[in-house]
Amino acid sequence: MSDLKHIRTPLARVRGSGSARSGTGHFWHQRLTAVANIPLTIAVVIILITLLGRNQAAAAQILGSPAVSIIMLLFIGSIVIHMKIGMQVVIEDYVHDESAKLTLLMANTFFSIAVGLAAVYGILKLSFGL
Amino acid sequence: MAETRIPAERPLSPHLQIYRPMLTMMMSIVHRITGIGLYFGTLLLAWWLIAAASPNGYARFEWFADSWIGRLILFGYTWALIHHMLGGVRHLIWDTGRGFGPSEREWLVAANLIGSIAITLVLWIVGLLAMGGPR
Repeated sequence: MSDLKHIRTPLARVRGSGSARSGTGHFWHQRLTAVANIPLTIAVVIILITLLGRNQAAAAQILGSPAVSIIMLLFIGSIVIHMKIGMQVVIEDYVHDESAKLTLLMANTFFSIAVGLAAVYGILKLSFGL
Repeated sequence: MAETRIPAERPLSPHLQIYRPMLTMMMSIVHRITGIGLYFGTLLLAWWLIAAASPNGYARFEWFADSWIGRLILFGYTWALIHHMLGGVRHLIWDTGRGFGPSEREWLVAANLIGSIAITLVLWIVGLLAMGGPR
């Protein structure tokens, strides 16, 4: 291995460990989901206000209707991607210990997927009337 | 394979405590804090959506939402959501290269703060009226 090091060019050594042309991927997706979040959040706030004061059966019926379910699913998809990237930036900015950083980055991914799927499960259950 | 080198001890760039607090800087911090709050707030959203399927589950959520701590958390959640959304609009404007002038940026952050508080209060008044007045 140490012999091999001499014959490898500096370029060969760094190849594959860089950004792999995805350097602006997070930046772009953060803005893409930010733009999507604006109308989706407004729609969800309106849905929430219409649900206030209603009993469980009425709330379940409204939440399970096709249009409301689809808006809720889009909202959850968009906010979960947005918050996962956002929290990743926060972790990368403030956690400098390598193992702690990796642990938190993994926890961030797990949390985002788990909370997103739990919310999706809740909507689909209402929507399919199970 | 990768050679790990101990990084040289270089001076760090000045951090937050060096600068005099400014509204734009404070609002940048608040944008992050509200984002972190909303991150954990999704737990409430998921709980509410799952609870909506059963009368007992919904009753438990309503018990929480009607408690004073629940009200406080939901009020904070509303403000964080609106504030982060308006802050996001501000950042999207800044992304286009506009609004960086000394008076423009101050105006934007002030509108962000005043707007978020005003919209939150309006939403809660509408919400309490929709529930049939304060309980």
